[in-house]
Amino acid sequence: MEHYHMNLTLKVWRQKNTKSKGNFDTYKVKDISSEMSFLEMFDVLNEQLIKEGKLPIAFDHDCREGICGMCSMFINGQPHGPWQQNTTCQLHMRAFKDGDTIVVEPWRSQAFPVVRDLMVDRSAFDRVIQAGGYISVNTGNAVDANAIPIDKKKADEAFMAAACIGCGACVAACPNGSAMLFVGAKISQLSLLPQGDPERESRALNMITQMDKEGFGNCTNVYACEAECPKGISVANIARMNKEYLHAGLGTEEN
Amino acid sequence: MGLTGFFLITFLIVHCFINSMIFFNDGGETFNHWGHFMGSNLIVRTMELGLFAFLILHIVQGLILWAQNKAARPVRYAMNKAEKNSKWYSRSMGLLGTLILLFLILHLYHFWVPSRFGGMANVQVLETTTLGGYSNQEAHNLYLAMQQVFQNNLLVVIVYVLGVFSLFWHLLHGFQSAFQTFGINHKRYTPIIKGIGVIYTTVICLLFVLMPVSIYMNWIN
Repeated sequence: MEHYHMNLTLKVWRQKNTKSKGNFDTYKVKDISSEMSFLEMFDVLNEQLIKEGKLPIAFDHDCREGICGMCSMFINGQPHGPWQQNTTCQLHMRAFKDGDTIVVEPWRSQAFPVVRDLMVDRSAFDRVIQAGGYISVNTGNAVDANAIPIDKKKADEAFMAAACIGCGACVAACPNGSAMLFVGAKISQLSLLPQGDPERESRALNMITQMDKEGFGNCTNVYACEAECPKGISVANIARMNKEYLHAGLGTEEN
Repeated sequence: MGLTGFFLITFLIVHCFINSMIFFNDGGETFNHWGHFMGSNLIVRTMELGLFAFLILHIVQGLILWAQNKAARPVRYAMNKAEKNSKWYSRSMGLLGTLILLFLILHLYHFWVPSRFGGMANVQVLETTTLGGYSNQEAHNLYLAMQQVFQNNLLVVIVYVLGVFSLFWHLLHGFQSAFQTFGINHKRYTPIIKGIGVIYTTVICLLFVLMPVSIYMNWIN
């Protein structure tokens, strides 16, 4: 692949804290290598800002390998930028060309308040998981992993759902700010397996109740989430969640 | 939303099927026969109440969704390339629904209101005439009513065509969306459901558009 350098104009959202209003600031970066990742380009910009005596731009990142779900950024109108099934950290500068202007915003959601600049607080997802995204296991010796036979197809489907890294791109992409792809995946990965079966009803009810409490929007089956998900989580998981909820709502004696 | 929408989808099948009787080219004989049956049958009249209830519920649900979803994103994106990840009509269901509602008000004013509240004296069937097998004064010549609304009235025909145009996109999203809401998403069946949705939407909307256009253009009599 051809290696080239580029000069770019960046319009980046700057916001001091959750309560302040925030605005776009424009920056110029020079000699950016096409082999850099998007976050490395931000590192270059931040070095530049520090040298100029300005505050660097705050953004979330951790593994930079596309598997932790920490990076976010709404780049040129798309979560994680223009590439499909890709995270911001794995977006490389060869996606852009010399002279481009790139607009970078944080995830916009009532449930994800901006902490600073491009960082948002995604603990709403943690509280949804705490409401039911687990299985209860008695302590003691670990059970033999192969003691319970599991249908290969179901195991694969559960694994596909478990690929969700909880980055929140689904919420960011959804015109309604709905978290149903995330919650659908987290419900599916457990309800498809025998270990998750005993608590499936209370899990569906509790996680969906918590999801609504956090202020996420409602799914209107626009499917923008699936198109933008870096892990390609299918909207079939949302249908499964709807089914689980329907079963639990009609069939359970819990309140 | 899916449940009320699906009820309205089934209503449209009946509505479109019976209205298509005008294409028999028999001066509205068959159409009037079924029109009278629908207007005088107690079960159908009871279902009419249900239809209005579901329609209103569908609108109320839509408004609640709109308000909640708007609140879920208080700060909008400065740049949002939504066209890269979804269909415009899936994102515009509220707008399309509002356009359909505006059309529906005109549509009810044209046909349902006069039929129910005695505004059809001018198309009342005389005792001496027979109409689709009915000869009492209760029967309205609904075919004549249709002709009066659409003949020589280009503006009304255009509004009807635009109304059905909005309905087309609304149904194109709504049909398959209802199944997803019910929790039906299957590797084998979902593509079939989506295909049926496209066929259903196209057939229903094509027939509905042809009705005012055919009357205006004098293609049928």
